[in-house]
Amino acid sequence: MPRELRSLKQNEAEALFRRIGITFAVYGEGGSPDRLIPFDMFPRVFQADEWARLERGIKQRARALNAFLVDVYGRGEIVKAGRIPGRLVYQNEAYETAVCGIVPPKGVYSHIVGIDLVRTGPDEFFVLEDNCRTPSGVSYMLENREIMMRMFPALFQENRIAPVENYPAMLRRTLASVAPHKCDSDPRVVILTPGHFNSAYYEHSFLADMMGVELVEGSDLFVEGDYCWMRTTEGPKRVDVIYRRIDDAFIDPLCFRPDSMLGVPGLMNVYRSGGVSICSAPGAGVADDKAIYTFVPEMIRFYLGEAPILNNVPTWQCAKPEDLKYVLEHLSELVVKEVHGSGGYGMLVGPKADKAMIALFDQKIREKPWNYIAQPTLALSTCPTFVDEGIAPRHVDLRPYCLVGEDINLVPGGLTRVALTEGSLVVNSSQGGGVKDTWVLAE
Amino acid sequence: MLSRTAENLYWMARYIERAETNARLLEVGARNALIPNIGGGYRNEWESILHASGNANGFAEKYSDIVQRNIETFMFFDRDNANSVLSCIERARENGRIVRTALTTQVWDAINIAYQEVQEFGRQERSSLSLSDLTDWTLRTTALIRGAGLNTQMRNDGWDFTNIGFHLERADSTARMLDVKYFTLLPQISYVGSGLDNYQWRTLLRAMSSSRAFNWAYGGEISPAKIVDFLVLNRACPRSLISSVESANEHLDRLARAYGKSGPAQTRARALVGELHEMQVQDVFDEGLHEFLTRFMGQVMAVGGAAQTMYLSGDIR
Repeated sequence: MPRELRSLKQNEAEALFRRIGITFAVYGEGGSPDRLIPFDMFPRVFQADEWARLERGIKQRARALNAFLVDVYGRGEIVKAGRIPGRLVYQNEAYETAVCGIVPPKGVYSHIVGIDLVRTGPDEFFVLEDNCRTPSGVSYMLENREIMMRMFPALFQENRIAPVENYPAMLRRTLASVAPHKCDSDPRVVILTPGHFNSAYYEHSFLADMMGVELVEGSDLFVEGDYCWMRTTEGPKRVDVIYRRIDDAFIDPLCFRPDSMLGVPGLMNVYRSGGVSICSAPGAGVADDKAIYTFVPEMIRFYLGEAPILNNVPTWQCAKPEDLKYVLEHLSELVVKEVHGSGGYGMLVGPKADKAMIALFDQKIREKPWNYIAQPTLALSTCPTFVDEGIAPRHVDLRPYCLVGEDINLVPGGLTRVALTEGSLVVNSSQGGGVKDTWVLAE
Repeated sequence: MLSRTAENLYWMARYIERAETNARLLEVGARNALIPNIGGGYRNEWESILHASGNANGFAEKYSDIVQRNIETFMFFDRDNANSVLSCIERARENGRIVRTALTTQVWDAINIAYQEVQEFGRQERSSLSLSDLTDWTLRTTALIRGAGLNTQMRNDGWDFTNIGFHLERADSTARMLDVKYFTLLPQISYVGSGLDNYQWRTLLRAMSSSRAFNWAYGGEISPAKIVDFLVLNRACPRSLISSVESANEHLDRLARAYGKSGPAQTRARALVGELHEMQVQDVFDEGLHEFLTRFMGQVMAVGGAAQTMYLSGDIR
């Protein structure tokens, strides 16, 4: 593509994004909630057979994670069998004692599982982390495709690119399929948002719009007589399924944080008595904790009796003395992450860090070893990307969104994030990463 | 629809209309100030504008002199004044942003652009902005937002809530502007019918974009009775009290039909329309213009309050 045409197209893409209003608020940038996330026009492509294998691996993982959640809030077989240390589960910050003994409808805790993957070889994928709570970014997957189709219709005519646009319908079906047992009619689904100041508000309103469901805030809901209701201009309407985009701690001030203004007082009682479904279920976070992550292959073997299709990145637990020793000796080669961190904050990329940074982490890890894990820096795959100098390779990762309800579904695609800085491995949009359209070619 | 969504639409509309009212009031003030103050009326033309906008106390707390420059600042730019044009546009946009999915792209674009432009005014050198530029801009902008809605919005319950907001605010606004006359003329009733009086009435008509319409409807001679008839009781005048209340009533009726349920908001609105239909202009003067307007604003507020309770608070069972 000639340079002029390219910049023309890039401007067109940006104009389209602004027009649609997709923006991403970056924390800590002083209240400019209308920043655009950089969009790269070069798509990332998967062949049908590559995708088929990935899909099997992702679904397998999603099943195992949900089996694990039902188990650890129930009989705890996996702990009794000595396959996962009980301390890591029951003393985990994300473990909610408030939901012990609850089996949510269809035995699903995590209804939207976002699995972050990187590729290191032709047939070699590693899972970086699992997101069992409320993974975000799916609106970018949909909008990236929309923009590519508007700008390059010919590419879609010439190639057999599997569509992703039925994701909202699929999500709605998934949510409706886990309606509580007290629901006796067509389930009413709502999305619960913290409000328009939240950085992902655009996504919340986008999904509500595409699914045709109400976007509610905590104050729009109330509890009465064992049910949850929403305030409408025609009087109260019963709500059956809540796709919540707020954290566990804020769901119900009577059960979790008493100072939460975002949640609904009494909601957990309704949930416990089967009057409403909450997606993802409170407590799901314990499965995507970075310390639990190490044991996901073990879960797959334990619950499903299968060999894991997708690999974990080898991980050192700083809580273990021998691992800690190795990590401290090899800091300049490793990626160190906080167990509960996200968004690419509070991490050390050893090979890119200067001495002061390494010394700082050395000290931090010694102070709170249990708070850190370490992983090797992988030879991440790159993808052609438009940069100032032309086309150059940049590191990418992939987040597909697996929907778990009565069935397990996955749209052929996901969110490809790209590290726009040369050599950088950090793809988080909050750290200057960009996004690409992800193509799965049909057979 | 969600009560909160309806509430956001209702207030978005009210703030847009209120921004327009402020611009119109500023225009009245600027024109009135062009003629000499010959001892009569309220202490100062501008003060009457402040009183009519309902913000005299807020102004007094912050500014010492009642002069055009301060009034302009207060009524157009001041964020501390919740009813300044800037505040109104910001709040309209904030309400619109929360219910972005209930608005068409055209309506949202119009509101968003208004917001960006008014921010730009705030950054410009004040001497480069004349009052007429500011008021013209406001009238143009609010017309654009309303027109975009008229052309593109679905005629569903959201549309009704938006329009109830517009028309209740407009009823209030016209009443307030008429009330300016009370403040400027009292206590010197001898000015009624004098050249000065006519000039002020004419200014009022201009500010309501109704000067020519009045000529067509009533012929050239201005009299207080004709003007009160025009702005209160004439159903052909789009800003008259009766037109505004009729429109609000119409949308409340649409809601009642759609929801299969009528309530205090409909009852009150219908009663108010009925009363205005029966009224003669002499009745207004018998009651006293100011007294009538005060009572009318109270009734409009009661309709708004009833709609709030019935639909927007979400507490009905």
